[in-house]
Amino acid sequence: MPAEINTGDTAWMLVATALVLLMTPALGLFYAGLVRGKNTLNTFMMCVSAIAIGAVTWAAVGYSLAFDGTGDLVGGLGHAFLKDVTFEPRDGMTIPHLLFMAYQATFCIITIALISGAVVERMRFGAWIAFAALWSILVYAVLAHWGFGGGWLIEGGTLDFAGGIAVEMASGFSALAAAIVVGARKDYGRQALLPHNSVFVLLGAALLWFGWFGFNGGSGFTTGQNSVLAFTNTLLCPAASLLVWFVLDALRGRRVTAVGAATAIIVGCVLITPAGGFVSPGWALALGAAGALPCYAVIVWRPRTRVDETLDVLAAHGIAGLTGILFIGFFAQQNWNAISDGLLYGNATQLKWQALAAVAAPAYAFAMTFALLKLMGLVMPLRTSEHDESIGMDVTQHGEEAYASGEGAILVSPEAGIEEPVPVADAV
Amino acid sequence: MVLKLVIGIVRPEKANDVLEALYRAQVRGVSLSRVQGHGGELDRVETYRGTTVKMGLADKIRFEIAVSDEFVQPTIDALCDGGRTGDVGDGKIFVVPLERVVRIRTGETDNRAVTPVNV
Repeated sequence: MPAEINTGDTAWMLVATALVLLMTPALGLFYAGLVRGKNTLNTFMMCVSAIAIGAVTWAAVGYSLAFDGTGDLVGGLGHAFLKDVTFEPRDGMTIPHLLFMAYQATFCIITIALISGAVVERMRFGAWIAFAALWSILVYAVLAHWGFGGGWLIEGGTLDFAGGIAVEMASGFSALAAAIVVGARKDYGRQALLPHNSVFVLLGAALLWFGWFGFNGGSGFTTGQNSVLAFTNTLLCPAASLLVWFVLDALRGRRVTAVGAATAIIVGCVLITPAGGFVSPGWALALGAAGALPCYAVIVWRPRTRVDETLDVLAAHGIAGLTGILFIGFFAQQNWNAISDGLLYGNATQLKWQALAAVAAPAYAFAMTFALLKLMGLVMPLRTSEHDESIGMDVTQHGEEAYASGEGAILVSPEAGIEEPVPVADAV
Repeated sequence: MVLKLVIGIVRPEKANDVLEALYRAQVRGVSLSRVQGHGGELDRVETYRGTTVKMGLADKIRFEIAVSDEFVQPTIDALCDGGRTGDVGDGKIFVVPLERVVRIRTGETDNRAVTPVNV
């Protein structure tokens, strides 16, 4: 093993990678609970498919475009197909390059999965797969380069600990564009479309929080102080968001809701994602409390619009990520992070770079996703027919039901030479 | 006074449209239940790992609406308007005579028991 590798750091990063990967099925559970029962499996499968797509595109070109070199806008192709990604650590790191690549792959995967929340219950599964593959390269890899890999934002001085740029703002504002291009569900605004299993929602959020300790705690790539700070802040910030959400729910509806609590957990984790290793635990609590307000406002406002951004990715990820990025510009503290101060501690330049990121990343994510889906729409239908949508995506896209009873089901043996499967849509 | 029980079996995805149509027809007393049935539509085929099955029964919603004579036709119209897609599997309506109706809260019977109360 090369000398500069630290076994403690490596052990932690191996675990952190697995923790972050768990977040994607956890998100699947969270999303599946929020949709109607007839779309459970399709919603979950959109997240599962992100693992298949993201890991492969990342290894092929995504990682290289994000992390090869210090080009302003995009990295090189020097690491395409994992060329020269071996056990030797990257410059200045103490873990194997290969492990670093795998850890970053899990970020690409969860980010793809996040966007699915904007288009569930109507987007064709095939179109989703194609979109996920293209998006992971055209948007995720580019923004990961800007925020993590040596692009203009990180080189200029923007601080983003664990992905406020590439993960949270990218997914949130891409989700908004996707919802606009794909269009609303046919029943949107006409019928109450309610979560079918709020236990899934809470359990999914809890598992996401668990995984987020690897997401934020691992983004220092060591077991050093910044990682410990981020890890601890990942406990404190969402807890503060939860408390404030309880109060907001109680003020607005006189009751504290479980789906609201699950949402608050996500919002709190997202808020601390960019800021985790840069702000003190006290400011993390303040961020969780104050940051909940704009997200809550957008969640209340969005369903009154015609934009069916179904599972509120914009509010929970885009707005929360943006808030966290800006927060660093005010409240970063060098005596906690050993890198830079924010405006409150006398460094206005930091705020400038945070504000630049908060404008550039959402603009790029929105514009690219909008254009990508518009172009895809020219060559393939993005959404299923109204008829199939009303029957449900589980049966029409996957030929399965989440809650199949088996009553009245007739076993078909493969040898019997049955006729071709007859979808419900073709009934005469 | 003639009382009828109108039983309508419709597609689950049309249940909301039916409810809306019934509401517009001033029919306010409704019970509904989830049922499974088979009415000549083609079976859908589902596969779980190596097991392929024909789903012989489809999910349906069964409306039960007790009405006085003059409401029978509007109720039937509402069920048809709200429930129709034109494909096999839209469901059926059965109208059966009712011997007695009692409203439990007040003990009112028959016609008065199926007349909506203004709360």
